Amino acid sequence: MSEQSLAIRKFSDLANPTRFLALSAAVWPWMAAVTALFFAVGLYLCFSTVGDYQQGETVRIMYIHVPAAWLSMMCYSVMALSALGTLVWRHPLADVSAKTAAPIGACFTFIALITGSLWGKPMWGTWWVWDARLTSVFVLFLMYLGLIALNRAVDDPTRAAKVGAILILVGFVNIPIIKFSVEWWNTLHQPASVIRLDGPTIDPEFLRPLVVMAIAFTLLFFTLHILAMRNEILRRRVATLRRLAARSAGHGSGGPGLAGPGLAAPEEAPR
Amino acid sequence: MNHAAYVAAAYAAALATVAGLILWVWLDGRARRRELATLEASGIRRRSAGEAR
Amino acid sequence: MTALLLRDLKLSVRAGGGAMIGVLFFMTVVAVIPFGVGPDLNLLARIGPAILWIGALLASLLGLDRLFQAEREDGSLDLILMQETPLVLTVLVKCLAHWIATGLPLVIASPLLALFMNMDAPAMAATMLTLLVGTPAITFIGAAGAAVAVALPRGGLLVSILVLPLAIPVLIFGVSAVYAAVQEPAPFLPPFLFLTALTLVFAVIGPVAAAAALRASTD
Repeated sequence: MSEQSLAIRKFSDLANPTRFLALSAAVWPWMAAVTALFFAVGLYLCFSTVGDYQQGETVRIMYIHVPAAWLSMMCYSVMALSALGTLVWRHPLADVSAKTAAPIGACFTFIALITGSLWGKPMWGTWWVWDARLTSVFVLFLMYLGLIALNRAVDDPTRAAKVGAILILVGFVNIPIIKFSVEWWNTLHQPASVIRLDGPTIDPEFLRPLVVMAIAFTLLFFTLHILAMRNEILRRRVATLRRLAARSAGHGSGGPGLAGPGLAAPEEAPR
Repeated sequence: MNHAAYVAAAYAAALATVAGLILWVWLDGRARRRELATLEASGIRRRSAGEAR
Repeated sequence: MTALLLRDLKLSVRAGGGAMIGVLFFMTVVAVIPFGVGPDLNLLARIGPAILWIGALLASLLGLDRLFQAEREDGSLDLILMQETPLVLTVLVKCLAHWIATGLPLVIASPLLALFMNMDAPAMAATMLTLLVGTPAITFIGAAGAAVAVALPRGGLLVSILVLPLAIPVLIFGVSAVYAAVQEPAPFLPPFLFLTALTLVFAVIGPVAAAAALRASTD
């Protein structure tokens, strides 16, 4: 009985990432192609539509700023779902997903901040205001960086995943609180300068490129995420193989004292 | 106009970040595959890993 | 539970002097500010509550990494994990002990520093009251960070980085409650009640997350 359960566990441990690798290998070129297509159409629409009569050319920044901001939040939701997967269902791929989503999310948050800043300078006359939305996105960026730092600080990937998952969930609870509190704080202190960026009343002329770009960005995220997950699986595989190589080298040469040099460079033949 | 510079800067920044991200994923994947290939070339295979366990 | 509370209190007062160092750090941070912004008493009176709050936040983060570290080093963390009492409860009690040892002295020291900052009596009282209500929230949310970092080799700095973004709402509501008490049109009660609610919410989230992290880091 125990033998069978062991076999089942080993099967699911091995087969699941392997199946994922095979599936993703078949899917990702298509996703990349569709992403490129959407980007081509979206960028064409971005520059072919007329500028807003009020904001002029700068309205084109919106077509990358809004999708990036949307992704920065969606990516955190994906991470929170993965964290649930790690903690509740102990899915072997969930921690891989959570770990690899963090740098991608940080990049998109960075894009949102940079483009927002570049939009703010000509429109508001300043690079940065402590507006509610800006502040909470900035805090989100800090949390991404903290999670990346945590993942880099822990050696053991499964333990890092569990501990990171707890933090992601605590952060997920906290993000609405931060957003809400910052909004409240800002309206209390400087009600005159609360800058609501509703932009121009969105009419189809602006909405079309925006939607296309949002879809393109989302597809880009999922493509990159899948590829990064493949990398992470391969990285773990390499680490396991290295460990095994070191162990077998230690056994082969007959003494535990020789395990040291074997561990240092198992793949290089000449010593 | 002056505003066009801001638009160009925003697009350039976004492009640079996304390009960096794609490059990182691509190079990382290539390095991992190469590591796996060298490991397999030196005779350490996943199947033998299963037996050793 | 009472025994654990007393034990933690004794340890923090006696060995290492974590409580004293927290207060000293608080006073140092607050004392350094006037050198940075200049000795303008009006300006100091205006930004005083904010400075006191930031100082208290940093000072309570300072001792947080020791919350579970000492237990881990001498092995009593494993005993705590194996106890029959729920781990969440144990963590809660440890948080309370930590707050009494490090948070409460900050609250008591704050009127003295408020004098240095040229704050008037209502502001002083409001600062003290909000610190009394708000600092437990920082301890609770910090406990989650401390439990996450307990297994790390250099966890101390990481705790601060991870916890500070989470502590922003506490800071916002604490400071705005103080300003609301001083400036006339804004009502004091809403931000203060928000602060209280935050403390209660974190009193639930913090220990639960910390217990989960402790379990995850051991097995």
